Amino acid sequence: MVLQPSERHYRDWSHRRLGPWCSPTGSPAPLSCETGCGEGSWILVCRLLVPTQVSLLSMEEDIDTRKINNSFLRDHSYATEADIISTVEFNHTGELLATGDKGGRVVIFQREQESKNQVHRRGEYNVYSTFQSHEPEFDYLKSLEIEEKINKIRWLPQQNAAYFLLSTNDKTVKLWKVSERDKRPEGYNLKDEEGRLRDPATITTLRVPVLRPMDLMVEATPRRVFANAHTYHINSISVNSDYETYMSADDLRINLWNFEITNQSFNIVDIKPANMEELTEVITAAEFHPHHCNTFVYSSSKGTIRLCDMRASALCDRHTKFFEEPEDPSNRSFFSEIISSISDVKFSHSGRYIMTRDYLTVKVWDLNMESRPIETYQVHDYLRSKLCSLYENDCIFDKFECVWNGSDSVIMTGSYNNFFRMFDRNTKRDVTLEASRENSKPRAILKPRKVCVGGKRRKDEISVDSLDFSKKILHTAWHPSENIIAVAATNNLYIFQDKVN
Amino acid sequence: MFARGLKRKCWDGDEDVEGAPAAPSYSLQRQSLLDMSLVKLQLCHTLVEPNLCRSVLIANTVRQIQEEMTQDGAWQLPAPPVAGRGPLDHLVSTEILCRAAWEQQGQRPAPDLPSELPGALGAPAPGSAQSCIWEADSSRGHRGSFPKSLDQIFETLESRAPSPVEGLFADAGGPYYDLDAVLTGMVGGKSGPGGGDGLQALAPAGAPPPSASCKRDLGELDHVVEILVET
Repeated sequence: MVLQPSERHYRDWSHRRLGPWCSPTGSPAPLSCETGCGEGSWILVCRLLVPTQVSLLSMEEDIDTRKINNSFLRDHSYATEADIISTVEFNHTGELLATGDKGGRVVIFQREQESKNQVHRRGEYNVYSTFQSHEPEFDYLKSLEIEEKINKIRWLPQQNAAYFLLSTNDKTVKLWKVSERDKRPEGYNLKDEEGRLRDPATITTLRVPVLRPMDLMVEATPRRVFANAHTYHINSISVNSDYETYMSADDLRINLWNFEITNQSFNIVDIKPANMEELTEVITAAEFHPHHCNTFVYSSSKGTIRLCDMRASALCDRHTKFFEEPEDPSNRSFFSEIISSISDVKFSHSGRYIMTRDYLTVKVWDLNMESRPIETYQVHDYLRSKLCSLYENDCIFDKFECVWNGSDSVIMTGSYNNFFRMFDRNTKRDVTLEASRENSKPRAILKPRKVCVGGKRRKDEISVDSLDFSKKILHTAWHPSENIIAVAATNNLYIFQDKVN
Repeated sequence: MFARGLKRKCWDGDEDVEGAPAAPSYSLQRQSLLDMSLVKLQLCHTLVEPNLCRSVLIANTVRQIQEEMTQDGAWQLPAPPVAGRGPLDHLVSTEILCRAAWEQQGQRPAPDLPSELPGALGAPAPGSAQSCIWEADSSRGHRGSFPKSLDQIFETLESRAPSPVEGLFADAGGPYYDLDAVLTGMVGGKSGPGGGDGLQALAPAGAPPPSASCKRDLGELDHVVEILVET
């Protein structure tokens, strides 16, 4: 069954030339979270590209511009650095998927609605809205540029027909409202056709405008701008479970905001030393507990996690819990601290565990045990002997993110060479997959990859020295209830789905 | 694999003497790591604010190496560099540093590491335990480009990240300068470390544009003073 183009697709049309999509099995595949990563197999649903020029076109494109899109998208040399995806996030239902890029743009994809005729198309995402969230700024006082790169996007839970999300760059957080408009008021008689006000003397009747249907338009408007509260670079934002407040964290401070108030925020964590020369530790990530609106955690560059309770005091400099794994003396080197720096921290959906990502491992911690993690997973331990080179080329400072699946049974994180890894916490099995154009045909099952550590390299294995360290998967997202994942590789967004037979 | 076209070779200190301990090789590579770290800290003068986390991690690594060198009592001073060669030429492969510390003792470097003896490196001269590594750096002419103590680096970082009070000025359109700071900055040029935040903002690499506007402000000041005097 050949995929029919639609006006709202911005996808790689070259896939259509590779062959037809695989035929559906009949009824829609029941995608249960309980499948885990071992039993299912992952297939590519679609690969999405939003190059700079194309994104400016609106939803109502005509045939001519669609032709331009087709030829444009096939030539991948148009991808610029501004298109590099810097954050990926599903909303709470999984219907929408937002990406932010280095150029300050936010692109929102919407899941294809299930229809009886084209059952296999469910699970595909198409562009829903695109807007410029942040612009580059120049700080004249410091003679420094403020990058427009979107560091994080967080969705608010949906409370009415509109969607709300927070997006942030290094300094400013913005609340965006994304809403649909499919009706237009017509019949005003106060203005003429050109929009000029008519002479009141000529108006003799009272006419109430009538709402008429129009083509669907999705518009994004900035509703709040939360600025001038961060001296250092914002690395995290997190919406509180009370849906009234959120926090933003930079290298040294965490601020608490109310969504309605933009001209002030409360500082709840401040680790800046009186003398900057004494600075040895920074905040790397922070997140609110999913259920307890008074609890949050933040991680540090020294590999520690602090859990704070906002009921204890106004300034949460004193933690309630302190999570740190004792160092393994046999593994100590000059790079120990750098690789212990936590790049991401995420609460499990249950709120019982936290997951942290450092350079070589992913760790799962039980909130009730501070002395050590309950699980440690090796992401790419073969890099341990290459730390010097990775320090030299700065790769050792790469900040990988990590995500839970909907049922907290599988965790996923990225690696180099466009590899990403999944770990099943129950079966203890893990898999390495690759997000790349060369190796993925649509609907074909992804082949597990393997890195050969030493000695003889088998046929399908790749040796450590052949890994491409410029191709790193830093940002991934997992659908909140289904086995659908989004993987960002430079300017490509891959959507994979677990195919359960 | 990593840096295309640039391959690091390990200096194999045991090449000449069989059975020699691995310690000199380790020290040299540790020194190399220190040099590399200092270079990384130096490369912060871009238009965009430096990544504070990265800087802190590198600075901590430098401190660690310093502490270990203090404990060893061994300050390795490389021979004076050949004229025209930059400090990066002295960097050697530091793969051996990736190995766990316990492996270092009594073990020779792996035989498969290519051995090459950079010409500039002579026998390491023992330095006094008390001499600061920074002073040793500055005594070598070509290493004058190295900082600045770690403290000064952090001051630079701090000055680029002003206090919240200065953040209030971010709203003001265009440059906002304390007139005193402008005038002093004009006269004094680059001031010492105790110069204060306003001055530091004027001092570093981004100096030319602020200076130009300072001159303009100064010109306006003259004009204003003239008017006042005349009345």
